[in-house]
Amino acid sequence: METLTFEEAFAQLEAAVAALQDGQMPLEQALHHYEEGMKLAHYCNELLQKAELRVQQLRVNDEGVPVVIPFEAE
Amino acid sequence: MLFLDAPSVLSVSQLSRYLKELLEVNEMLQDIWVQGEISGCKIYPSGHCYFTLKDAEAQLHCVFFKYARLRSSAPELRDGMAVAANGRISLYERDGKLQLYVDSIEPLGDGVLFLRFEQLKARLAAEGLFDIERKRPLPAFPSVIGIVTSPQAAALRDMLRVLRTRCPLAQVILSPTLVQGADAPAAIADALDLLNEHGDVDVIIVARGGGSIEELWAFNEEVVARAIARSRIPVISGVGHETDFTIADFVADHRASTPTAAATAAVPDLSTWLADVQAHRQTLAELMESKLLDLAEELARAERDLQRQSPRYQLDRLRQQLDDTTALLQTRLQHMLSLRSERLRGSVLQLHSLSPLLTIARGYAVVRRDADSAVVTSTRQVQAGDAITIQVKDGLIHAQVQ
Repeated sequence: METLTFEEAFAQLEAAVAALQDGQMPLEQALHHYEEGMKLAHYCNELLQKAELRVQQLRVNDEGVPVVIPFEAE
Repeated sequence: MLFLDAPSVLSVSQLSRYLKELLEVNEMLQDIWVQGEISGCKIYPSGHCYFTLKDAEAQLHCVFFKYARLRSSAPELRDGMAVAANGRISLYERDGKLQLYVDSIEPLGDGVLFLRFEQLKARLAAEGLFDIERKRPLPAFPSVIGIVTSPQAAALRDMLRVLRTRCPLAQVILSPTLVQGADAPAAIADALDLLNEHGDVDVIIVARGGGSIEELWAFNEEVVARAIARSRIPVISGVGHETDFTIADFVADHRASTPTAAATAAVPDLSTWLADVQAHRQTLAELMESKLLDLAEELARAERDLQRQSPRYQLDRLRQQLDDTTALLQTRLQHMLSLRSERLRGSVLQLHSLSPLLTIARGYAVVRRDADSAVVTSTRQVQAGDAITIQVKDGLIHAQVQ
């Protein structure tokens, strides 16, 4: 799950809710969707909580190729 | 050393007043026509209008007071417009500023800059660069946002603040550039191309904070328009203030009125997503709870069903059945017995009624021959000397026939 983007995790969370809403499924499967959904919700929350805007800047190196370097605010 | 009270030393106010008088006694300066291009035009809530008249080499501050504006039939002033202004020259002492106090204004047709703007706009429009069909949708959830602007600009700080607040998950890659001056157009185009070459960007903001029309001019240059048009990545323009329109705005996939508005348009507001996550979590919990309740109910029902089928329950039922049957049997037996005894009593009564004893009781007697106990009903049955027994109501009488 750690490799998911927020958007992907959110989409999967929505899918888990939809699946559980569907209802007619064995308990084990329902539990699976529930646990998965709860984990995803937690993950989404955590992502947002921890998120910190990363700012970088482009510079052309000696070979004329654009490279990303840290941005130093003035 | 100078004496402060010497007549040769003037205070600033004194000098200003002197200069002001000097200007105001010059008749030519008190009714003069000046021609130039309007720039930095601002109308204050008071209704007074301030602008600069300029040409290639010089500029002149102008004040167009509300009463003068209302009295004259001045056109609506805008930056880039070429005009001839009539008025008087004087000094605004507080700021030490030489100004033209305008009485009236005549338009001289569109200014040079404005003309260039209109020509380029018409040409690019004819080429189809502004067509709606060319506009690409902005990504709903960009993870990397390219920004083309000056690294020193307040506009950049404003944009980063908005992005940080709305979507801290995003990543920003700044492609630094000049945003005003002769080299700015090419630099802006290069910065755009560089982001495209780098490639790993979902949306690009081209931005510059507010300024005069000259300061914003780079965004009206063809090289910038072309760079925006050839960008493979969708471009949002955010140049100047709400009222400023540049060529870049027309070519961009999305025109935002300011840099701040551009940053807002670039990313979704995650606080609404956070609320959605909470809502989904709640729904999950509720669904699971109701699912479990349903199952528990189903289980209880099954348990009841099972109990009904259990051997113990069967045994209890049989035992009860046995009890019931036994009881029934007893009742039946009793009934039968009482029926029989009733019948017996009837028979006995009947028997009794037929008994010879009853006849005897009425005074009759039964006579038997002792020899064989035969009942004597005729004289021929006995001879003299035979022992007989006579049975009467209360006993037997032994006798001898004579």
